[in-house]
Amino acid sequence: MRVETRRRWAITGLTGPAYLWLTVTIFLPLSAMLYFSFQKKGPFGKHTSEFTLKHYEAFFTKDYLQALTWRSLEMGFHTTALCLIIGFPAAYILAKRIKGRWREALFLLVVLPFWSNALVRIFSWTIVLRPDGFLDRAVHLVLPGIPPIDLTDSYAAIIIGLTHSYLPYMILTCYLSLQAIDDSLIEAARSMGARAHTILWRIILPLSIPGLAAGTVLIFVPVIGSFFEPKLLGGTQGAMIGTVIEEQFTVVSNWPLGGALSFILLAIILLILGVSSPFLKQHMRTS
Amino acid sequence: MRKIGLLTTAALALVLTAGQASADGEVRVLNWQGYGTDEAWAIEAFEAATGYEVVHDYFNSEQEMLTKLRTSPGAYDVVLINSAFTGQAAEEGLIQLIDPQVISNFGDLSPGLRDAVEFTYEGDLYGVAWTWGLTSIAYDMTEVEPGNTIEILWDPQYAGRVGLRDDSVENVSFAALATGQDMNNPHDLDAIREKLRALKPQIRTYWASEDEWNKEFTADSFDVSTYWSGSASRSAKAFDMPVGFMIPKEGAIAWLDGLSVATDAPNLDGAQKFIDYMVSPEHYVRWDTEVGAPASANNEAINQLPEDFFNRAVMGDPEATANLQFMAPLTDEQRETFLEIWTETKAYFAE
Repeated sequence: MRVETRRRWAITGLTGPAYLWLTVTIFLPLSAMLYFSFQKKGPFGKHTSEFTLKHYEAFFTKDYLQALTWRSLEMGFHTTALCLIIGFPAAYILAKRIKGRWREALFLLVVLPFWSNALVRIFSWTIVLRPDGFLDRAVHLVLPGIPPIDLTDSYAAIIIGLTHSYLPYMILTCYLSLQAIDDSLIEAARSMGARAHTILWRIILPLSIPGLAAGTVLIFVPVIGSFFEPKLLGGTQGAMIGTVIEEQFTVVSNWPLGGALSFILLAIILLILGVSSPFLKQHMRTS
Repeated sequence: MRKIGLLTTAALALVLTAGQASADGEVRVLNWQGYGTDEAWAIEAFEAATGYEVVHDYFNSEQEMLTKLRTSPGAYDVVLINSAFTGQAAEEGLIQLIDPQVISNFGDLSPGLRDAVEFTYEGDLYGVAWTWGLTSIAYDMTEVEPGNTIEILWDPQYAGRVGLRDDSVENVSFAALATGQDMNNPHDLDAIREKLRALKPQIRTYWASEDEWNKEFTADSFDVSTYWSGSASRSAKAFDMPVGFMIPKEGAIAWLDGLSVATDAPNLDGAQKFIDYMVSPEHYVRWDTEVGAPASANNEAINQLPEDFFNRAVMGDPEATANLQFMAPLTDEQRETFLEIWTETKAYFAE
């Protein structure tokens, strides 16, 4: 009994600070935002509490808000898909093919972009993508005589910039999963005559689902709410639900509408995660 | 470090008490920092001419200026007020009537600016027009024959060659001017929506800052773009870019700054003399040639500038000031509506 009590105290003492931290930094601000999203006016000037649902109604009555949300979801799908396509093979090579100091060096290269400011990374893309920029010149060295390449102010530029920013998450989470796969499993499969693609589909992919899922969530969720990447790289293609939310706060101080749109976005994300998680769980069990 | 801090505090305290002791011989000015009135040579010239000492205090926003006037009555003599706020300041009793007779340069001020209703409250004058500027249309002089209409933004000739600032109030205002409406209180919002949507084939990119505008222009991203008059002057003069600036016959978005006398100004005579000096050609010509200034409301001052100066060649055109619409403070509801119209338009552009 005494042991039991002491253990309980230890658990409380060890996890308490984390929960307190979460309460102060996430739960309280979010609650305040949730409160204001149901208010007529934001916390400025003479504030009188007046309940309203109109900011939530706005989303359902205004087509352009739905259209922009759909655009943001597409941006999330495209970025996440690119990160998967590039990140998983990269993580596989890092985990299974390269050993020793080379692996450390390559790891450093993967993490390196994280050391620079996100805004700086995005700005440097504008230099690479503009006509007569780095990309344009490089391509013209190989293929002279083709028309100038100008990717600035386009949807492609947004996806390129976002993929570059978020790719390390995918590589790191997939690496952890792949690292944990026992090599003898693969050898056993091989010795029993399994071909490379069978090994990939039946062993490696199912066993790396936790890493793939974590990477997908870590990328998809922030990307659909992103605003400065589309704004800086997208030009007229940069209108997204994230930029709308940002402008509600910075341009017109309309916290209620900005808050309501944020919570709708959060609801959509939770819905997507909720629908996909049983599917993922099932896959992990069968593997 | 700490010693220096203490010394500065002591020095400041000394200055402040000394200042209060000799308030009669001072003119206390409230303005943005570095905005014409606090040039060292100007203060020197004014002090030499009148014997009054000039003391400055600064604000960082119009709201801060109003707050300072409200909370410290009798602390200021002259205050710079954007014409959008002159009426409000007069209504609150923060500034006093000005007798045009005491301002010897009053007759030289451009009538379109001097007599702007924004400077009056219940028919009386509360502000003297000082400087003004525009958001209008800049163009590439090597490629564009600009004409004099705002419709150049919608001209198919410049399809895909137009730049706009990503700013809801500005773009709604341009659409209001193009559809013949009062930009501060447009009545036909659907017409504005339609007009903005019609820009879809035209627009190449958005710009956000003067620096970005210059970069886009140099990279030949656009031939025609909305721009600020002061910045256009700098681009043309300081960076030698072939930037022309056009003021359409439909009007342009204008701001106008005036100088007012605070209520209970301790030094009324000094305040009047200071305003008179500030709107004089002597002050303005030196300000624009040596430092660079916005356009002056004083015609005489503009005429004394070298002929190729932006503020004379472009802003000095008498027709330019005929159709200006001055920015008024907008209500929260208006700003939200304008942003909604612009966001909807941007969503349409991105389709």
